Amino acid sequence: MAWTKNVLRVNLETGSCTTEPLNLAWAQDYLGQRGLATKYLVSEIDPKVDPFSPKNKLIFVTGPLTGTMAATGGRYSVVTKGPLTGAIACSNSGGYFGAELKFAGWDMVIFEGASPKPVYLLIQDGKAELVDAAHLWGKTVWETEEMLKRFHQDPQIRVAAIGRAGENRVLYAGIVNDLHRAAGRSGVGAVMGSKNLKAVAVRGTRTDAYTMADPEAFMRATEAGKQVLAANGVTGQGLPTYGTQVLMNVINELGALPTRNHRDIQFEGAQAISGEAMHTKRPTDGKANLVTNGACFGCTIACGRISRMDPSHFSIQDKPQYQGASGGVEYEAAWALGAANGVSDLETLTYANFLCNEDGFDPISFGATVGAAMELYELGLLTKEQVGFELPFGSTEAMVKLAELTARGEGFGKEIGLGSKRLCAKYGRPELSMTVKGQEFPAYDGRGLQGMGLAYATSNRGACHLRGYMVSPEVLGIPVKMEPQATEGKPAMLKAFQDLTAVVDSSGLCLFTTFAWGLSDIQPQIQAACEGDWSEERLLLVGERIWNLEREFNLAAGLTGKDDTLPPRLLKEPAKTGPQKGAVSKLPQMLPEYYRVRGWTPEGVPTAETRTRLGV
Amino acid sequence: MRITLKLFASLATHLPVEARVQHRVELELEPGTTVQEVIRRQGIPEAQCAMVLVDGVWVGPTERSGRVLVEGEALAIWPPVAGG
Repeated sequence: MAWTKNVLRVNLETGSCTTEPLNLAWAQDYLGQRGLATKYLVSEIDPKVDPFSPKNKLIFVTGPLTGTMAATGGRYSVVTKGPLTGAIACSNSGGYFGAELKFAGWDMVIFEGASPKPVYLLIQDGKAELVDAAHLWGKTVWETEEMLKRFHQDPQIRVAAIGRAGENRVLYAGIVNDLHRAAGRSGVGAVMGSKNLKAVAVRGTRTDAYTMADPEAFMRATEAGKQVLAANGVTGQGLPTYGTQVLMNVINELGALPTRNHRDIQFEGAQAISGEAMHTKRPTDGKANLVTNGACFGCTIACGRISRMDPSHFSIQDKPQYQGASGGVEYEAAWALGAANGVSDLETLTYANFLCNEDGFDPISFGATVGAAMELYELGLLTKEQVGFELPFGSTEAMVKLAELTARGEGFGKEIGLGSKRLCAKYGRPELSMTVKGQEFPAYDGRGLQGMGLAYATSNRGACHLRGYMVSPEVLGIPVKMEPQATEGKPAMLKAFQDLTAVVDSSGLCLFTTFAWGLSDIQPQIQAACEGDWSEERLLLVGERIWNLEREFNLAAGLTGKDDTLPPRLLKEPAKTGPQKGAVSKLPQMLPEYYRVRGWTPEGVPTAETRTRLGV
Repeated sequence: MRITLKLFASLATHLPVEARVQHRVELELEPGTTVQEVIRRQGIPEAQCAMVLVDGVWVGPTERSGRVLVEGEALAIWPPVAGG
């Protein structure tokens, strides 16, 4: 079986680390990773718990294909109740940490309680212990990883850590592993900080951590999958060469690039911060921002960006630690740090992104919150005296200062760390927060792409593009082309995307495989790895079950159908320019149909029949 | 008539060198020229034309031979790309 069948339970209050068998009946119903950890979480915590209470739990979890030879099989997730939203939080990361956890023999680590003092968890194969982290508290993610590897004299230890943002409970703090891969969204790092847990350091050397149900079939299935990825233009060429950042010009041309806190829908500076611009040699030093691409464990796509900044850029002139190559901007980060607040300097974006990685905070929510603050400033609701400096849209200096202040938890950075919902409410204009359920939008405007608007409104973890990526049909024509402004068929398509995504997120695979793979490519890999019947029909049922379980948790936590909405700006203010000019979100037309295809009541509650069918 | 041709990502190599940073070039065309004819005239491999937009509106593979360009329009083309 591709599960290790071992769960590590860590009580941070007592300091105990105990082993228990994985609930294999649940694994049959929820597969692994996102689905399985959600089942554990909802079974063990009160949905109404304060996310920062010791009674909240934090789960690191792998999937059955994590740490296997399946292409992209290196993913892990962190599941908890999120402080930004009050909803289920599930953040997914790549890098090498997840596979290492699996090699050490663990499917899952459940943290409960809160430690009375800073600690880190050290896992060396079957041995796990909490270690004093007083000397690490106050350090960045990058410093922490370096210090742990040095102290343990093992460069192959993999580290997932919080930076100062997580310690300071920035509501969108993430957990960063391998220096620049992150379980980035929804504030999972802030929950980790609330538990006084600085890091998880893991070294796994076991060759018997798991077995395959059918090793030969698994080798055949994974090899076939790799050939599909290599032959596909997107996963074989487009993503490795340009990364996700190639979308900047696409979405801008299409008229769906939210700009200046969604006041505009196209950005005049898009080209300057695009994937193509990352390849262009700078006039200052004759070098391109992009150094190379990078891959996570087992990945044959390699979409990651490794960038080096212009050393003469004002933000890093006296800071050699930022003058080397490190994790560059992906599309969402480039949008949030750039278009969302009108900044068109690629080097500034790269610097801010470095800081997000270094101190562990989500560039999407951070950048979008800066955009909201800039609008408040331009409206006169925030002053230079309150902020400490001028804060107009497009200010590179303000972006640099706010990234530094938020990383350190100083000055106005403390307010930026609240996220845009709380910031806008504090200054009297809650409607200017571009969020759903308290979480900031990513890089697609729900007026320009109607299906994405519905995806945002219904996402279980607040506004998110990775829960049902309707950009695929609405922009890219994958698997079929749907007109951006059409509404017909979108609710059913979104449900299919959401359910399939839940399966992929529970398997250990990367969602980006689905630009080339269909379920028929994924199913044989899961079937060969895991004992049991994993037909396509059953997998989609698992995905639907996971989606409904998350929904039930949110309803029990106090959210309702009324939270499945978009800010008034998207519902009432027409897009100003471009091919989507005049458009507003048609969410009210789509939501009732979405509830119907989900088998939910008109109020958005799963019916008794749906609950019975799914066994939730 | 004049139109703007925009070629992105790896297709930029089909633009004049001086136009590759901005990813665009102005073209003088005979009235009645279709999207398909521009693609062929510029030597852009048709298999690489995964996404074709005219003024931001999708033109599918089967529509390209019938889509006549008009003065002032912008034709934008990408190879297979995606993001997230």
